[in-house]
Amino acid sequence: MNTAAPTGFARIAARFAALAAEGRAGLVTYVMGGDPDIAHSGKILAAIAEAGADFIELGFPFTDPMADGPAIQAAGQRALAAGAGLAGILGLARRFRTQFPDIPLILMGYLNPVLAMGPVRFARSAREAGVDGAILVDLPPEEDLEIREVLAAEGIALIRLATPTTDASRLPTVLEGAAGFLYYVSLTGVTGQKSADAGDVGGALAALRQAAKLPIAVGFGVRTPEMAAAIARIADAVVVGSAIVEQIGAAAELGQPGNCAPRAAALVAELAAAVRNARL
Amino acid sequence: MYQDATRPYPAGSGPAGNDWSALPDSRGRFGDFGGMFVAETLVPPLKALEQAWRDAMADPAFLAGLDAFLANYVGRPSPLYFAERLSAHFGGAKIWFKRDELNHTGAHKINNCLGQILLARRMGKTRIIAETGAGQHGVASATVAARFGLPCVVYMGAVDVERQKPNVFRMNLLGAEVRPVNSGAATLKDAMNEAMRDWVTHVDDTFYIIGTAAGPHPYPALVRDFQAVIGREARTQIMAAEGRLPDALVACIGGGSNAIGLFHPFLADEAVKMYGIEAAGHGIDTGRHAAALTGGRPGVLHGNRTYLLQDGDGQITEAHSISAGLDYPGVGPEHSFLKECGRATYLSATDEEALDAFQLCARLEGILPALEPAHALARVGEIARDIGKDGLIIMNLCGRGDKDIFTIAEALKTRAGNSP
Repeated sequence: MNTAAPTGFARIAARFAALAAEGRAGLVTYVMGGDPDIAHSGKILAAIAEAGADFIELGFPFTDPMADGPAIQAAGQRALAAGAGLAGILGLARRFRTQFPDIPLILMGYLNPVLAMGPVRFARSAREAGVDGAILVDLPPEEDLEIREVLAAEGIALIRLATPTTDASRLPTVLEGAAGFLYYVSLTGVTGQKSADAGDVGGALAALRQAAKLPIAVGFGVRTPEMAAAIARIADAVVVGSAIVEQIGAAAELGQPGNCAPRAAALVAELAAAVRNARL
Repeated sequence: MYQDATRPYPAGSGPAGNDWSALPDSRGRFGDFGGMFVAETLVPPLKALEQAWRDAMADPAFLAGLDAFLANYVGRPSPLYFAERLSAHFGGAKIWFKRDELNHTGAHKINNCLGQILLARRMGKTRIIAETGAGQHGVASATVAARFGLPCVVYMGAVDVERQKPNVFRMNLLGAEVRPVNSGAATLKDAMNEAMRDWVTHVDDTFYIIGTAAGPHPYPALVRDFQAVIGREARTQIMAAEGRLPDALVACIGGGSNAIGLFHPFLADEAVKMYGIEAAGHGIDTGRHAAALTGGRPGVLHGNRTYLLQDGDGQITEAHSISAGLDYPGVGPEHSFLKECGRATYLSATDEEALDAFQLCARLEGILPALEPAHALARVGEIARDIGKDGLIIMNLCGRGDKDIFTIAEALKTRAGNSP
C-alpha cells in the first residue's frame, strides 16, 4: 500500500509539500463542471491541467448560487441547461482522475444538491471518482459536523473558509476541524465582482498564519496574472475562478463551445507563469 | 401590544414540556428545520443581528417605541370582525376576520418592517435593502425607510416588476430604488439571492429587511416575533367578543409570516387547531404550484433547512401561483416543524378556488381580499362546516386586494373566454 499514489487529504498535502519544495505558491483554478456541457467541460479540465493548474476546483451547479457573481451564475445556468447535475460532475471528476493522478481535485458548490444525493452516497461516489476535497459554500462550521465526518470517513477534506468578517474571536471555530487547506476569501462580496487588495490580504494572512497550521489559499477578486503574482508572494496558493469562467462563457455565448478549452487554457497558462515567477 | 403582552405559554407545557416559545434552540433550529446555512462572510453579521434582536426585545424602551409606531403609524390594533354573511353562507362555525389588510400599506408586512427598521437604527446601520415578490414587502420596506430617512434598495425579479407595476411605482414614489433581477427565473427567490449578494458585499453599513419568516437564523424567529402582534391582539379580541379561545386559526402560507404571526401566541393552547393554506396553482398534481409543504421535501435554500420545491438533483424548481405573494418555492422553517410534529395542518387551494373565494368575499362582505388570503378563504368554508355551528374560527385577512385587481380582471376574462 505504501507505493500507491496518495489520495484525498494526502494528495492535497503531497501537492503542497511539492510546492514548498519548489519554493512557490500553487495555482488553484475554478471552473464550473458541465459548462457549457459535459463533453466540453471534460476538455476544459484537461486543457487547464496541462496549462499549469496545480489544483482544480470543480464547481457543481445549483439554481440559487447566493455567493456567486454574474460570471459563475451564468456558468451554472449553462451547465443546468445542458443537463449537468452532481452525478454528471462526478463522472467528469472520474475521467479527469484517470488522466491526471497527481492534481488535487476539489468539488465546490452548495449544500442542497449534496443533500438530495445523500451525504453518504455523495462522499462515497466522490472518493470513488478520485475527489480529494469539498467546499460547500453555504455550510459554515456550526452546521457542518455531520457532513465533515461523512467526508472524512472517505478520506475527503471538507475545506473551511475564512473571510474579512471572521474576526479573532471566531477564528478558532473556523480552524477547529479544518482540513486540506484554509480558503481565505479576500473580500466581502460575491465571486468575481471586486478586486482584492494584496496589502489588505497580507495583513489578514499574517493573523491567520499565527493560528492556522494548514496551508492558506486566497481567492475571490483575483483576476489577472499580476494580481495572481502579488498574492502568490504571500499565500500558499492563489485561486482564480471568475476570470477563467468568463473566458469559457465568452466562447459559449458565441456558440463556439470548441473554443472554451483553448481560451481557458490560454489564461491559465499566463496565470501559471505569473505564479511560478512571482517569488523569483 | 408588546409591553402589556403576557406570554401565553403556560409553564410545563410544550415541545420540551410544551414551551413553544423556547424554539428555535440556540442553533436556530425548530426541530430539524431552520439553522444558519450561509457563506462564512454572513455568519458574524447574523450573530450580531441575533444579539441586537435579543437585546432589543428585552428593552422596554425599544418595545414602547415599537408599540407607539404600531398604534399611530400602522393603525394597530387591527379589528377582529365577524364575517356574518360569509359565516351564514358556509353554514358552519362563526368566521372572524383578523383585519390586517387595514394596516398602513395594506398588509401585515409593515408589522415586521417597522420592527426591523427600528432594529437597524439601533444597530447604527445606514442603508436598507429588501427583496420583494408581489411588491407588498417592498412597499412596506420603502415606507419605513422613508419614515426613518434611510436609503432603500429593493430587489425584485424582472418578471414581477412587469406584473406588479403599481407597486413598483409606489416604491419609487417612496424614494426607494427598485432593482430588477434578471438572474435565474427572475422572480422572488432570485430577488432574495440578489439581496443576499448585496448584503454580503455591503455588510458593514447595510441592514437586510427579510420579508417573511424564512432565511437564516435569526430571521425566522425575529420576523415571527414582530408578526406575533397579530395573534396576541386576536387572542385578546376573541376573548372580549366571545369569552373563549377559537376552535381554529386559518391563514395563507407563502413564506408564512402572517400565519406564524397569528399561530404563535396560540401554540400552547392545544385545543386551538391551526390550518395553513398553500397555493396549489394549477393543481398539486400538475407540478405547477407553490405548495412546498404539500408537494415538496426538505432541503436547504436561503439559509435554512425547510420544505422546498425541488427536483431529484436538489435543484430548486419554480413556484407557480396566481398570487405573486405566495409564489415562493420554500416556506418558513417553523411551519416545516409544525407540520412534522402535527401541531398545524397544511392544506392548499388552487388559483381557481382562490378566484372564487375572492368574488364571494367581495360580494358577501364588501371586502376585496388580496389573492393571498383568498387562498385561506377558499378552505375556510370546509373547515367551518367541519367544526360546526357552535365553533369559532379566526382567519387572517392579511392583505387587501387593490393591488390584484388587474390580475383578477385578466383571470376572470380568460375564464369567461373559456366557458362555453
